[in-house]
Amino acid sequence: MPIGAQSVIQASYFVAAALFIFGLKRMSSPKTARGGIVWAGVGMLVATLITFLWPGMHNYLLMTVAIAVGGIVAWISGKRVAMTDMPQMIALYNGMGGGAAGAIAAVELFAGDAHGFAQLTLGVLGGVIGAVSFAGSLIAFGKLQGIIKRSFRFRGQNYSNLVILVATVLVGSVVVLQGGGVDIAHGAGPMTGHVIALFVLALVLGLTMTLPIGGADMPVVISLYNALTGLAVAFEGFVLDNAAMIIAGTVVGSAGTLLTQLMAKAMNRSLANVLFSGFGESAAAAASGPAGTLKAIETADVAVMLGFSQKVIVVPGYGMAVAQAQHKVWELAQALIARGVAVKFAIHPVAGRMPGHMNVLLAEAGVPYDLIYDADEINSEFETADVALIIGANDVVNPVARTDKSSPIYGMPILNADKAKNVVVIKRGQGAGFSGIENALFYLDQTRMLYGDGQAKAAELVQAVKAL
Amino acid sequence: MIDGFIALYIFMLAAFTGYEVISRVPVILHTPLMSGSNFVHGIVLVGAMVAMGRAHTPLEIGIAFLGVVLAAGNAVGGYVVTERMLEMFKSSKAQPKAKH
Repeated sequence: MPIGAQSVIQASYFVAAALFIFGLKRMSSPKTARGGIVWAGVGMLVATLITFLWPGMHNYLLMTVAIAVGGIVAWISGKRVAMTDMPQMIALYNGMGGGAAGAIAAVELFAGDAHGFAQLTLGVLGGVIGAVSFAGSLIAFGKLQGIIKRSFRFRGQNYSNLVILVATVLVGSVVVLQGGGVDIAHGAGPMTGHVIALFVLALVLGLTMTLPIGGADMPVVISLYNALTGLAVAFEGFVLDNAAMIIAGTVVGSAGTLLTQLMAKAMNRSLANVLFSGFGESAAAAASGPAGTLKAIETADVAVMLGFSQKVIVVPGYGMAVAQAQHKVWELAQALIARGVAVKFAIHPVAGRMPGHMNVLLAEAGVPYDLIYDADEINSEFETADVALIIGANDVVNPVARTDKSSPIYGMPILNADKAKNVVVIKRGQGAGFSGIENALFYLDQTRMLYGDGQAKAAELVQAVKAL
Repeated sequence: MIDGFIALYIFMLAAFTGYEVISRVPVILHTPLMSGSNFVHGIVLVGAMVAMGRAHTPLEIGIAFLGVVLAAGNAVGGYVVTERMLEMFKSSKAQPKAKH
């Protein structure tokens, strides 16, 4: 093995790892974030190209074809995907990374290239985690894309998942022991059958773990699988002696863990609760109806209310994305700003289908990021707001989270929209939120309901405000 | 060859680095950040390439081929969507009027 080539390869991996961390660091501010991803991209390009110099490799032609196929398909789909659909696309790309880590593990185990118990154990672990992340991310994609419409649940589901998990661990142990030369099943040596069984079990585990989880919990699930894929990549990095994979995978693993914690905290639920309890479906029956009545309002009256306010806080939720209303909402905000109204946007951490999803949609519509505030920044300001305009948000502004201990969302940090002098809710109909819980905010004295399609109503409001 | 304990040190330091770097990212950038970190684990591509370079039997080559396709998709797709999202984030000073 020529020393020169190895040095060049290792140096390029070192540069790539440094650029990844540098790039992620620059992503901590909107001003430098775009440069950050470009630097990380340079690191990836260098590492990929230099890897072709790896000594003693073959299958170059097939390898190039594979890179071209995966790269071109992802390039086209990535350029085309709508911002509303970004969560499922990211889930899909993430699953692909997990699948790749699983494939590396499978090849190394088949070929017997992993040596010693440490490498074998990490290889098997990384492969299983990667396969779980692959299958789970595909299910998350299917749910967010609307291909899988319902959550599959049955009694004893957690037990059956536990059985699959135990079986996976057992088969994984057999593979590790056999690979390490311990004779436990028909003699040490060829273990293709066991490796195949291991991956089938891991894939099934990923499916059955993710199928029962509802759409509103997807921010947590996507963060979790992102972290798991990172971990799988790091473990396979140990098997391949590849420091760049260890560093990049671990950094992503810990970053994803942090995001998962933040998301779970924003819903006031533990990760275990998200994964193992049927939240959305079981909650509906528990909540009793709040006192008061729903009071409808007409577009013209809302326009007057908004147009003569001093301060309006807009609270968008996933419903805004579904109605594709973000452009019209920004137009409305601009019309109000032109009249001298102070307009701010308040975003709950779990609004949308992935962390920060609303921010991306508002940014796409052209809303400057300095008008957008997160819950901690803006919650004290609702008291001084003349109008809180709720569009497509529901559970994240439900005051029962503060007051009603029997409510499934009790304790969840919410946006204090109920503290505003007036509340206007743009809503398609009278149904409950995603979680099935009645929203007490809608029944308050200062709340008015503007029924209709979010985009259409926002467009009418723009015209009405401009005509004032 | 990375010695076992050296690898463990790398793992520990990288874990803290990731946690520290990410904990300073504001909420408004959480989606691009997740997508960006998603891109970073696309480095699995180099591992998939090495695994494919070592593969011999048709089964190994087939699985490695799938691995490289998936890894390339992870890296390229992750980059494209992250770049597209970050391009949209503008301050009101930089862009007083929005286009429709």
